[in-house]
Amino acid sequence: MTILDTAERHRNIDSPNPLDWISPAPAAEEAVGAPAKVRAKPILIQPGLVLAYIILAVALLWAVAPGLFTSYDPVQGLPGQQLKAPSALHFLGTDALGRDLYTRLVYGALHSLSGAVAAVAIGLLVGTALGVIAGSVGGWIDEVIMRLVDVLLSIPVLLLSLSIIILLGFGTVNAAIAVGFTSIASFARLVRSEVVSVRRSEYVEAAFGSGGTFFKVLWRHVLPNSLTSVIAFTALQVGSAILQLSTLGFLGYGAPPPTPEWGLLIAEGRNYIATAWWLTAAPGVVVVLVVLAVNRVSQAIGRAQQ
Amino acid sequence: MTVSLGGRLEGSVLPSPVLDISGLRISYLDQNGPRTAVHGIDFSVFPGEVVALVGESGSGKSSTAQAIIGLLPENGRLESGNIRLNRLEIAGWSQKRLDGIRGSVISLVPQDPGNSLNPVRTIGKQVAEILVIHGKASGAAADARAIELLERVGLNQPALRAKQYPHELSGGMKQRVLIAIAIALKPSLIIADEPTSALDVTVQKHILDLIDELRREFGTAVLLVTHDLGVAADRADRLIVLKQGRIQEQGPTTNILTNPQSAYTHRLLADAPSLNVRQRRVAAVAKAEHGKAGDDIIVVEGLVQDFGRGGKDKGLRALDNVSFRVRRGTTHALVGESGSGKTTTIRSVAAFQKPTAGKVIVDGLDLSAPPRETLRLLRKKIQLVYQNPFGSLDPRQTIAGIVEEPLLNFEPIARAKRAEIVASTIEKVGLPLDVLQRRPHALSGGQRQRVAIARALVLNPQILILDEAVSALDVTVQAQILSLLDTLQRDLGLTYLFVSHDLAVVRQISDTVSVLNGGKIVESGVVEDVFEHPQSAYTRELIDAIPGKKHPLHASRSTLTNSGNI
Repeated sequence: MTILDTAERHRNIDSPNPLDWISPAPAAEEAVGAPAKVRAKPILIQPGLVLAYIILAVALLWAVAPGLFTSYDPVQGLPGQQLKAPSALHFLGTDALGRDLYTRLVYGALHSLSGAVAAVAIGLLVGTALGVIAGSVGGWIDEVIMRLVDVLLSIPVLLLSLSIIILLGFGTVNAAIAVGFTSIASFARLVRSEVVSVRRSEYVEAAFGSGGTFFKVLWRHVLPNSLTSVIAFTALQVGSAILQLSTLGFLGYGAPPPTPEWGLLIAEGRNYIATAWWLTAAPGVVVVLVVLAVNRVSQAIGRAQQ
Repeated sequence: MTVSLGGRLEGSVLPSPVLDISGLRISYLDQNGPRTAVHGIDFSVFPGEVVALVGESGSGKSSTAQAIIGLLPENGRLESGNIRLNRLEIAGWSQKRLDGIRGSVISLVPQDPGNSLNPVRTIGKQVAEILVIHGKASGAAADARAIELLERVGLNQPALRAKQYPHELSGGMKQRVLIAIAIALKPSLIIADEPTSALDVTVQKHILDLIDELRREFGTAVLLVTHDLGVAADRADRLIVLKQGRIQEQGPTTNILTNPQSAYTHRLLADAPSLNVRQRRVAAVAKAEHGKAGDDIIVVEGLVQDFGRGGKDKGLRALDNVSFRVRRGTTHALVGESGSGKTTTIRSVAAFQKPTAGKVIVDGLDLSAPPRETLRLLRKKIQLVYQNPFGSLDPRQTIAGIVEEPLLNFEPIARAKRAEIVASTIEKVGLPLDVLQRRPHALSGGQRQRVAIARALVLNPQILILDEAVSALDVTVQAQILSLLDTLQRDLGLTYLFVSHDLAVVRQISDTVSVLNGGKIVESGVVEDVFEHPQSAYTRELIDAIPGKKHPLHASRSTLTNSGNI
């Protein structure tokens, strides 16, 4: 009894041996006539993924019901409690104005998460629309849209979002718009490539062949079949949007103080890094954890789609 | 079942086999646990012999071939059995150990030449590589030997070819290169896994001739894996018929073809169009003759189609002055090799593109300059069925949704009425109603093609364009679909425009035929006339290339198959 270990050998056309070039057979040659059974997937517990979901759930609860997690006020400082070290009372310490850092982190979730979701929504909607138009109409419209996308991609992301904020003015909403704008180009590219390949498929031609109008075919076939990989990409973008919003907040281009936005918290703590390092470290760790969790989940979505 | 190996080499002392397989069991591990694909098969291949493994998809023929060279997919498992190569037991060898014999003792000609060469290395380097790997030559000597090999496999200007990259060669040429690699070290066994399935019929003939010739020259044994009984009948000394991982029958080719023992082999032989030259349907023309003379539903006159890259570039002339007519209720076939303009022609007839010049009239509608709305109305008259039933159905839709969709594009029909139409159409194509809620991936290839036909029929069209509609299917499924098409034509008075590269199928189902070559019609007429008395050299070449000629045994079997079928 032998298990032939051929995992890496398929399509290995760099291999000198022509035998390695043959394509892998289908997992099992199709049993003709037999309907595929509903396959029960073995449930694999992935600790990393579970942890990622827990982190995201906590962050969401912070955003939805911050009052459940803390009884302090995020904006009003407590007199005489400035710059306290972590203790049972203030479990991440207090800042220079006597505000409980943990409370500010909990309340900050709303700003960071809603900002990220809004940013990604902008990128997704505008980017998908542009990508679908470019991919399905083609011709000079495609050229114009995609060259604009190239221009957008050639500008450094931070520079682009800073310029937009300067044009629109400071604030949470404007920061979200700015971050969303920078992801339009990537969404448009991805969607266009998907649309172009789906549009060439025979079922799309068959749909036109059975009398479907352009928009009907677009709506029924092209769009749903193009969006699969976009979903995973969207999840990934949420993570990078959180990061970008924090960057903007840190630089002072995001929500104005005293909003407890995570990036701003890091920036405010920076001045006390020698004496109270936890003021920068704690929000930094929260951002990192949430971004990693989002990336892990998006990776899982991407794998599930394959 | 036990199989006698009788008659392999009459009267002589048996030499030891190159390949001896016994009790081979292969299983695949999927989510439902292990599934056995090959259930203990035994066979041998003797020196200089061509043995064909024939069977339909799922028969385990490819799995067997892959197991022999140790290249089963990662979820494949060699459960038990012996694989003896020149008396050496190689079952269970590690990949590293197998590397030593692959290419030198046993080699492979893969199925798809398009995907089997490294696109970033020159042909010469790729051929030389096998010599270098096995330490037979190196440097300039290897390059020189590579050029010799390229010449040996019949490539013109071998020195030039050696410097070219795969994309500069045609499919047939690439397959020759792969054969050069396979024979480079004069192995004792070549496994040819569907070596010509991706090639045109005339190229197929040349490649098979080449393999035959090299086999005779080097005395190499060939294990030919094929689904095409015609090819197997022409080329193999012995046949092994596989079905669902079990050997149904094995023995000398002539014996099996003239006197098949198992019912399955009977059916395969009856369904293979290339072996049943005289099995003609009762022409639908008979019925059409009742219609008034000159009742031509498709008229194509002087059709010219250019594909330009725009600008000053003159572009490519894909069709040049193509004309033909199709009588209502008959089947007209367009045949030709790839690049001959078959697909371009039907796309013009289906109004997917505007002709550069010429006229296309479908049921009285002139398509040369149709307004948009006429075009959409035309869709109710003319429908297309595609070659690949895996690509032509939207994977996200249910079967009901797929078949219903064309109805939604025209005047609104009440939901209940639509469901009724869909159900009756599904019944018409011979599918059970419980497929309606399934999705395409849950159906087999043949079932999917029936769904595609149902989608085409749901608008009650008068013309069906069948673009290689049966080429991707197994012979028995192909026979079923062809008979379904025949029934539908009789019941609904449909006109078919049938595009195929498979002349055997064309001969079986069409009334009239046009032969295309390089965008021009070289010959056209009633099928019998064209096949019996081809006027052009090209048509003659095409007809000669149809496999299955070597054993014109239909006469001796006709009573059997006909009584079985009718």
